[in-house]
Amino acid sequence: MKWAFLHLTIINKFKFECSLIGMMLRHIISMRDFSRDEIDTILAKAKEFEPIARGKESNLLSGKIIATLFYEPSTRTRLSFETAMKRLGGKVIDLGSIESSSVAKGESLADTIRVIGNYADAIVLRHPREGSARMAAEYSNVPIINAGDGAGHHPTQTLLDLYTIMRESSLSELKIALVGDLKYGRTVHSLAYALSLYHADMTLVSPAQLKMPDVIKKDLKKQGASIRETTNIEDVIGDIDVLYVTRIQKERFPDPAEYQKMAGSYRITEELLKKARDNLIIMHPLPRVDEIDPAVDRTKYARYFQQSFYGVPVRMALLAMAMEAA
Amino acid sequence: MTESEKKGMRVRPIKHGTVIDHITAGQALNVLRILGISGTSTAVVSVAMNVPSGVLALKDIVKVEDRELEEEEVDRISLIAPNATINIIRDFEVIEKYRVDLPERLEGVIKCANPNCISNTKEPVISKFVVNKKPVELRCIYCDHVISEGIAEHLI
Repeated sequence: MKWAFLHLTIINKFKFECSLIGMMLRHIISMRDFSRDEIDTILAKAKEFEPIARGKESNLLSGKIIATLFYEPSTRTRLSFETAMKRLGGKVIDLGSIESSSVAKGESLADTIRVIGNYADAIVLRHPREGSARMAAEYSNVPIINAGDGAGHHPTQTLLDLYTIMRESSLSELKIALVGDLKYGRTVHSLAYALSLYHADMTLVSPAQLKMPDVIKKDLKKQGASIRETTNIEDVIGDIDVLYVTRIQKERFPDPAEYQKMAGSYRITEELLKKARDNLIIMHPLPRVDEIDPAVDRTKYARYFQQSFYGVPVRMALLAMAMEAA
Repeated sequence: MTESEKKGMRVRPIKHGTVIDHITAGQALNVLRILGISGTSTAVVSVAMNVPSGVLALKDIVKVEDRELEEEEVDRISLIAPNATINIIRDFEVIEKYRVDLPERLEGVIKCANPNCISNTKEPVISKFVVNKKPVELRCIYCDHVISEGIAEHLI
């Protein structure tokens, strides 16, 4: 009885706070749409949802339906959205395979969104074109949640990354190294932008050909971010709280031998971690290929699997926020 | 014939309409593009290019007769001709004169330079940019791509 009452109180408080920022957060498109206060609200809400993400029953979104429209393959993002929705008592419909849907007949995204908006209470969209989620929001009468638009934004990944840092380390006075493909990796661009709101001390570690684009660095500096760059991970390993590793794709390198050489020097191993701080945590948006030695999984530093779990409470918070505000 | 008379022949006064003066030399045709004036337009339009000018050394001038351009229309001109001035003419008199000023948003004027942007597809979407004035930078509201150089090349 006491538990039920507590749960109800949390939900009512949440509904109230959602209504305060409801219009702002109705669609979730880009990290640029969020202030630091709004991010903090989402992270705090995600924490309240953690017990439900671990299996405690909830009917918060009972009677609600989300549609997952994935025009590109996805495992974690799609499944964690489905898990989040179902654990909150809601239902999920999906597009099925693109080949057997109206998309194969040449239907525009704008039309698909207008049709599906008549069936679902919110739409989770992944699409290969940058800006697709923003356009979808213009046509949609239900909230759009961007689950990745081409090389553009992936705000729910960024929010779960921030949540992981908050839970496993700290967002205040954070020293973080972003490692890997900083040129094409969409997750690191969004994450770096969000970290700049927390005045994080960032070191960008990448091979010269995969450096973060100047236009993005300029933007981060405009936000007041402190940024350093290096090509050598050993330069920073002893001086950071969080090591955020991303995958370097083979196809970025025309010469396979060059890829092998480079991949070796960016691989995280137990040997490298001997120089790490005690409280270091290692994160990775997954899937990983060779960038983290499996032996590292057993060390106290590894947090990438917790990170993928945290996607569930964070997406719960976003789904609840989007639909309660609608 | 005096100098002013000679100049008068080159750019004859108009009775009603809009004179866009002090256009950066060479940009007059782009100004027409921005204003949507093409070969199929019926308006009487005079274009003078590379006219000697005290302020700019050389300038272009565009005169559009019997049409008073709205401020919102002409502000887009500042993308390619930041020193342009607008003169609204009625009965040969200048009744209003102002400088162009960059708008905060641009719609349907510039094509996004990112080929993978949703605004470059068959979707029913009009390009939209948020404008930073100094330095001039256009940020696509869809894909966040920033255009800061060669803006005239991206005119629709």
